[in-house]
Amino acid sequence: MLIKRREFLQLGSLATSSFLVPKFLKAFEGAGKLETGNKVLVVLQLSGGNDGLNTVIPVRNDIYYRERPKLGIAKNKSLTLSSEAGIHPELTCLKALYDEGNLAILNQVGYPNPDRSHFRSMDIWQTASGSNEYRNTGWIGRWLDAQCDHCDKPTQALEIDDMLSLALSGDRMKGIALHDPARLYNASRDPFFRQILQSGNAHPAADSNNYLFQVMAETISGADYIFEQSKLHPSLAAYPDTEIGKRFKTIASLICSGINTRVYYLSLGSFDTHVNQEDRQQKLFVELNAAIQAFVSDLKSNHRFHEVMLMTFSEFGRRVAQNASGGTDHGTASNMFLISGALKKAGLLNGMPDLSNLSDGDLQYQLDFRSVYATILNKWLDADDGKILGAKFEQMDFI
Amino acid sequence: MWRAGFGPSADQFKQIRNQSSGKLFRSMLEACQKAPVLFDVADSGLKAMVMAARNNPFPQRRNFSPEEKKDLRKQSVQDIKTLNVRWLQEMTDTDAQLREKMSLFWHGHFASKTANIFYDQELLNIIRQHALGNFRDLLFSVSKSASMIQFLNNNQNRKDHPNENFARELMELFTLGRGNYTEQDVKESARAFTGWGTRLAGGFEFRERQHDPGGKIFLGRTGNFSGDDILEILLGEKQTAIFITRKIYRFFVNDQADENRVSELATAFYDNGYDIQKLMESIFSSDWFYDDINIGAHIKSPVEWIVGIRRQLPQDIGNPEVQVLLQRLLGQVLFNPPNVAGWPGGKHWIDSSSLMLRLRFPQIMYSADTILATPKDDDDLMMGLLEESARRRREMNRAGQIIHTRIHWETCTDQFRESKEEYLIPDIRQWLLQCGTAINNDSLKSFLNLSGRDSLIQSAIIRIMSTPEYQLC
Repeated sequence: MLIKRREFLQLGSLATSSFLVPKFLKAFEGAGKLETGNKVLVVLQLSGGNDGLNTVIPVRNDIYYRERPKLGIAKNKSLTLSSEAGIHPELTCLKALYDEGNLAILNQVGYPNPDRSHFRSMDIWQTASGSNEYRNTGWIGRWLDAQCDHCDKPTQALEIDDMLSLALSGDRMKGIALHDPARLYNASRDPFFRQILQSGNAHPAADSNNYLFQVMAETISGADYIFEQSKLHPSLAAYPDTEIGKRFKTIASLICSGINTRVYYLSLGSFDTHVNQEDRQQKLFVELNAAIQAFVSDLKSNHRFHEVMLMTFSEFGRRVAQNASGGTDHGTASNMFLISGALKKAGLLNGMPDLSNLSDGDLQYQLDFRSVYATILNKWLDADDGKILGAKFEQMDFI
Repeated sequence: MWRAGFGPSADQFKQIRNQSSGKLFRSMLEACQKAPVLFDVADSGLKAMVMAARNNPFPQRRNFSPEEKKDLRKQSVQDIKTLNVRWLQEMTDTDAQLREKMSLFWHGHFASKTANIFYDQELLNIIRQHALGNFRDLLFSVSKSASMIQFLNNNQNRKDHPNENFARELMELFTLGRGNYTEQDVKESARAFTGWGTRLAGGFEFRERQHDPGGKIFLGRTGNFSGDDILEILLGEKQTAIFITRKIYRFFVNDQADENRVSELATAFYDNGYDIQKLMESIFSSDWFYDDINIGAHIKSPVEWIVGIRRQLPQDIGNPEVQVLLQRLLGQVLFNPPNVAGWPGGKHWIDSSSLMLRLRFPQIMYSADTILATPKDDDDLMMGLLEESARRRREMNRAGQIIHTRIHWETCTDQFRESKEEYLIPDIRQWLLQCGTAINNDSLKSFLNLSGRDSLIQSAIIRIMSTPEYQLC
């Protein structure tokens, strides 16, 4: 998007009077709060390929126990979901959410011709592409593009990380990545940067230069806005003292501040359990469980749980059979969780994986992940899913 | 100099001021006429292991215990970092700037990642040898490199089970571009490449028994084509010259390709039998290359940016691997392209985090401060090797990484000795930027250290490097 010279002059004059406040933020000054019913999506990426079969366990499946004599989780150790399914013993909070009807579980989610490279498969999930095409933009980034055809609202999608994922990178718009609001604010505070923006762009005709100025202005004003918002309603709830716990706390504080952010993105890893899977996955689940528990209870006590949808995914699952090192190797389809106080359908939405119908020792996907994206884009973010994904995928009924 | 190389070095201010661009380019070209020094950074223990196993036809599967495999992988990942830093050093120091720049282009064009130091090194050396040579030689050598054969699964391409990966990418990304071939062409040519294989230490091997010698129909021609024949047919297609020329134009001239110019250049490239140096000469000696629309239109890639800073501010980096961290944070790690399509480049380099890091880095470097950021994990490279305890330490200790560097300021400040007081800042601007900044000298001065001439020069350089315009060339 081009920022016209005139707009920059306006930006400059604002900066001399108060702070550097671009037009789009001016608009927020009156109505600081999100309108009620403005829904928020939180995407949690489980990096490294989480073993779906030891997450939601097919407790009545002989093939599962035959292929995993050592790694298989016994029925009486798992937490019971149904006669067919148990959940990993450390995921107590998810079990509780399941029982109260606030957790939907999707099994065997994947895509055709699966790729077993972490990076490539993660790209496919983040860009929502087919495995035979390379896209340079992410699905949330394209949502930003579509959302903001004539405006600039980079704070609509935030990633809690030092680096921005491809998922949040659009053609013209990109989300903002921040480890925490204070660090981003400190990094942007240098008065020299504000002086540069005030002096303006010497080459308004040059596309590249305009783009740099646009990103710089958005980052600096976004940093101010996020920092101010983060102080409005800091979460008082107790969160575990882990990186993922802190990140969820940051998100809860921002959600409750009424900031205009609609999508948050964060990740936990590494779930790449080739070796010693039992120990590694358990430790990660302990962290995950405690963080989600704190987050959900925080949202509930602030009456926001019905406005928030937490979605988890991983780039692939693991092979059905265990390997010789107490682990599992890269597989294909895996599961997704949807957690919200507003689910129209909860529980095990599409049954348990079919282990009798494998392809070369791997699960065959039954549900295309882009159907889940399409549903969320359409029904949760009120967006044109076909335009953003480049094709129509079947709508689901959990929202 | 930024386009044909990695920017002027610390002592070239006078040269760029006094020499015509034509003369400058000719001297750059002359510097590329010597053959490059090939890299050889692999660990000696690793070499010995691989040499011992080299006669085994499938060494990866047998011969090594799980422990040995783990050590091999770890050492290999470490050596690839060494190769990365070694290449950056070459880009910084060499006079053969155009060759290394051209190699960086081909490194992105023939994108491959293997986590095998021997393969990565072999491919890079092939590319550097042919970077300005003939595209035919380059295409043949790259196609037969161990890196490409493994990365695009030609190793698994056998008569009874053809694997189409290489054949497809060869046409889509290396020669014709999308839309200029059919699925049938992919299938038929994949059969022609059956039997192409490689060994653990690198090098091409043709496995006759796995080759499918039968008849094939490819791009409308019929014959018992071999892999070599397919490459020849592709080179015979003018579309290959057009596709390559357009990509070069977008990399070296302007992200927005001018199709008339591309077409003219491609015709000459094709008629010259794919002479790369001649193509580059006609680009850099043309008048239109210096048109306003092309100046400052290119967003420097992270590697161009890192090397450019090092050329302008010569320095000893105590912990050179910090440059790999920077590459990760900025989104371009050598030998680790996002996928076989290479780095998308242009605006894709810039988001809020990468831009802020670029703008703040000169100051961080100046004060030997900490880079307060942690890159994302790369599970493909770690392969589940990161121990749980190490992960926890990383998670809890996110204090960042300090850059230990000593800048040789004398070399920089010396070249401005003759600049008069009032021209000092304009001269520094001219040396650092391809296009001006709007910030005026008086505003700039209020951010500088005015306690002496040297400190003024130093702080001016650091500040100007912290502008959006410094990201462009």
